[in-house]
Amino acid sequence: MTAVIHTLPAVPGSRIAGMGHYRPERVVTNDDLAKTMDTNDEWIRTRVGIAERRFAAADETVASMGALAGGKALADAGITPDQVDTVITATCTADFQIPHTSTTIAATLGIHAPGSFDVNAACAGFCYALAAADQAIRTGNSRTVLVVGSEKLTRWINPTDRGNAIIFGDGAGAAVVTAADRPEIGPVAWGSDETQTRAIGTTDAGWIYQEGQAVFRWATSAIAPVAIRAAAAAGVDLADIDVIATHQANLRIIEAIARKLISAGVRPDVRLSRDIVTTGNTSSASIPIGLDRMREAGEARSGDLVLAVGFGAGLTFAGQVFRCP
Amino acid sequence: MSNEDILAGLGEIVEEVAGVTAADVTADKSFTDDLDIDSLSMVEIAVQAEDKFGVKIPDDELANLKTVGDAVAYIERNK
Repeated sequence: MTAVIHTLPAVPGSRIAGMGHYRPERVVTNDDLAKTMDTNDEWIRTRVGIAERRFAAADETVASMGALAGGKALADAGITPDQVDTVITATCTADFQIPHTSTTIAATLGIHAPGSFDVNAACAGFCYALAAADQAIRTGNSRTVLVVGSEKLTRWINPTDRGNAIIFGDGAGAAVVTAADRPEIGPVAWGSDETQTRAIGTTDAGWIYQEGQAVFRWATSAIAPVAIRAAAAAGVDLADIDVIATHQANLRIIEAIARKLISAGVRPDVRLSRDIVTTGNTSSASIPIGLDRMREAGEARSGDLVLAVGFGAGLTFAGQVFRCP
Repeated sequence: MSNEDILAGLGEIVEEVAGVTAADVTADKSFTDDLDIDSLSMVEIAVQAEDKFGVKIPDDELANLKTVGDAVAYIERNK
């Protein structure tokens, strides 16, 4: 008779217990960019909806920004580093190919011997990492997970590429996920479009590029249905959604997704994250930065039902419903 | 669905996406020159028209739809 493998007792659910974010000090306005490339404030605002973004300092890293956001999330949750048993970082701009980012974040925060790995699902990364945390907790493998989204995109942007240099910024957001008696994070609706693997990527020289029109079409047509799937999977009525927190790709994409969700049953007075206006596109950091700033502003409140959806290079996407901490 | 119905439906989409009054969306108007619609809004209009009229409007075809009349004719032919 062969040995039987057992699994751990299942935990009913997980919840976000706290959040935090970090934006670098340096503000870069559209006028600043217009000094070094052929662009202007009006064009950037109408095409992508960005007024200003943050650029990391030379000595700031994906890990250092992630640790700052993670530390704030722990404080917000009232969780000490020794209680954290798993660290998951979503990033597509890791400081090194090896080692991964989470281990440096854990070392910085004094988190001892956690389960530690990174997720690269580009701008969908935070929702993938949150799903991994939820699943690690519900299967009993983890009790308290620090989920970080951190990006230093400016390291991968050709500063003379006026199509992309205007869009991206740097920063980090984080969430502490703990076990809960009742689920406060719904099932993830994830998937990808394997026919568009090269629609967004890096060139041989290492610069980020994207096929703007194809990506815009995909994002404005394929992503609202993902969000609707996520709500349905959680058994949540769209009319009960209080906050929409999409990846901050482009204000026109965000508003197009919101219009579709409202026509599908989301209340017209839903509060929509528009953080791109003052933070730019920070890839996997954009959802937690945007949501945490809405919390700071009182626009997202504890207990609110949040519908989050990320989408980006791959092309890949993921979304889920959760309660705002 | 008649050409008038397609035109009316297209007018509603253009109004929602670009804030142009539907009544101004007439067959002779150029999307860019007369209605001041940029290429990203054209993509949004195409995506909504695909849903509404059950047609496919790929980017290379979209580039040829200069006037509202071009779009109505394309939808009529391909629906």
